[in-house]
Amino acid sequence: MRTVLDRTAWSAIAGLALAATLASAAAHAQAPPVEQLVQAKSPPFTEGIYPCKECHDGPGDKTRRTLVFHDDIQTMFDHDAEHRWCLDCHDNGDRDVLHLSSGDPVPFTESYRLCGQCHGDKYRDWRAGVHGKRIGHWDGEKTYFLCVNCHNPHSPRFKGVVEIEVAGKKTTAPTSEMIKPEPRPRRPEEMRP
Amino acid sequence: MSESKGLKILGSDPVDPLRRNFMRTAAAGAALAAMSGCNMDDFFRKHFKELSKTDLDAVLRTIEKRNLERFGKATTVDATGARPGVEFGYGLDLSRCVGCRRCVYACVAENNQSRENPQIHWIRVLQMDKEHGVDLTHADMYYESEHVPQPGKFYFPVQCQQCSDPPCVKTCPTGATWKEPDGIVVIDYDWCIGCRCCMSACPYGARHFNWAEPKLPAAELNPDQHYLGNRPRPKGVVEKCTFCIQRTRKGRYPACVEICPVGARKFGNLLDPESEIRQVMDTKRVFIFKEELATHPHFYYFYAT
Repeated sequence: MRTVLDRTAWSAIAGLALAATLASAAAHAQAPPVEQLVQAKSPPFTEGIYPCKECHDGPGDKTRRTLVFHDDIQTMFDHDAEHRWCLDCHDNGDRDVLHLSSGDPVPFTESYRLCGQCHGDKYRDWRAGVHGKRIGHWDGEKTYFLCVNCHNPHSPRFKGVVEIEVAGKKTTAPTSEMIKPEPRPRRPEEMRP
Repeated sequence: MSESKGLKILGSDPVDPLRRNFMRTAAAGAALAAMSGCNMDDFFRKHFKELSKTDLDAVLRTIEKRNLERFGKATTVDATGARPGVEFGYGLDLSRCVGCRRCVYACVAENNQSRENPQIHWIRVLQMDKEHGVDLTHADMYYESEHVPQPGKFYFPVQCQQCSDPPCVKTCPTGATWKEPDGIVVIDYDWCIGCRCCMSACPYGARHFNWAEPKLPAAELNPDQHYLGNRPRPKGVVEKCTFCIQRTRKGRYPACVEICPVGARKFGNLLDPESEIRQVMDTKRVFIFKEELATHPHFYYFYAT
């Protein structure tokens, strides 16, 4: 309905006042900017943990178990913990990459492809710009944030984010603390001199 | 002449009473203008929409000069117009908002609102009960907590809804507020007489009055300004959200969209089928606030989940 109306309106404008339209188009001479998507930087790894190959040299034991190392992650792990463990996402053969359920490797910088395997609805919304955050221009260059900029993959429920700088660029990283709200507004009676 | 009930006229020429009235009114007007510190150029200038390009340019330069005098800081004030084929729409995802109020303060910083006495916030975040849903009788804008969201609560930010049929515009006696072609309802602070009719007409409480001289520290002044947007206001005028007209007319997202830590705020061109806001409207459950009033807002609340 809206589109039909708009079309009618536009053809009316074009027909009746072509000169005026052209004049106003000339006034706004800049061509419509090309939408350009820029990926935000992912948050950094825990210091000293990457590359994983430094310790994991070649495939290891694929049996699900409690590890003696990585206890920080094992303590916080809350991503369908009953059913999953490290090697469901991390690749056994090459620890510096992740893998899809098909076995295809996925670099850490494209982890959203892995997330999208299960969270297809969110993935679809995110790609359309409905889920997640974008900054920049509504009609031009915009930076989109990745799943891992707001969700910790090991404990993905959203709690809070903190602004950080990676390679000189502003980005965000998830936190384990929930957000503290900014101060409440003043009540009218508190504003009297 | 001795029978005259009015003031005695000095001099011998009889003066036409109509002309005398006119002179009296004009003198009073000039005196009033002088008293209020308003200069005669402002007093006699045309309405914003009728200004020629040269006149508008002169007005903008005057504002920049006054900004410099008032804040000791260089500013740029422009009046970028609406782009053809653009109608702005705003989406707010209620299933994401956590009520952190980051948007409130980003807006204050971007739009040069008065910080204290009067404290002016264009965005109000209402805390509501999940049990009652969107219900203003169970809403609290003064909530305080260590962290958000609180269990059983959800958060409902309200700002100017940029109505298609805005009651505030209908009620303004001076034509100081109007709707722009891209859907933004704007105020000319030079034309506003401070009668506050628009404030009582607005069903969203989106308009705010400068009851005292706005207190805006020079260090916090945003120098990128728009005539109809964030230029510093004087005492006694009404102000409101303009979808960050100084940013959005140049293609940027509004400040509240950029600050939102949960990505609950969406913005774009309603006439572009590929825009984010259109994706929201095409695929999500969308509602408008106080629909029954037929104000037809350009502000859409939605639930992504």
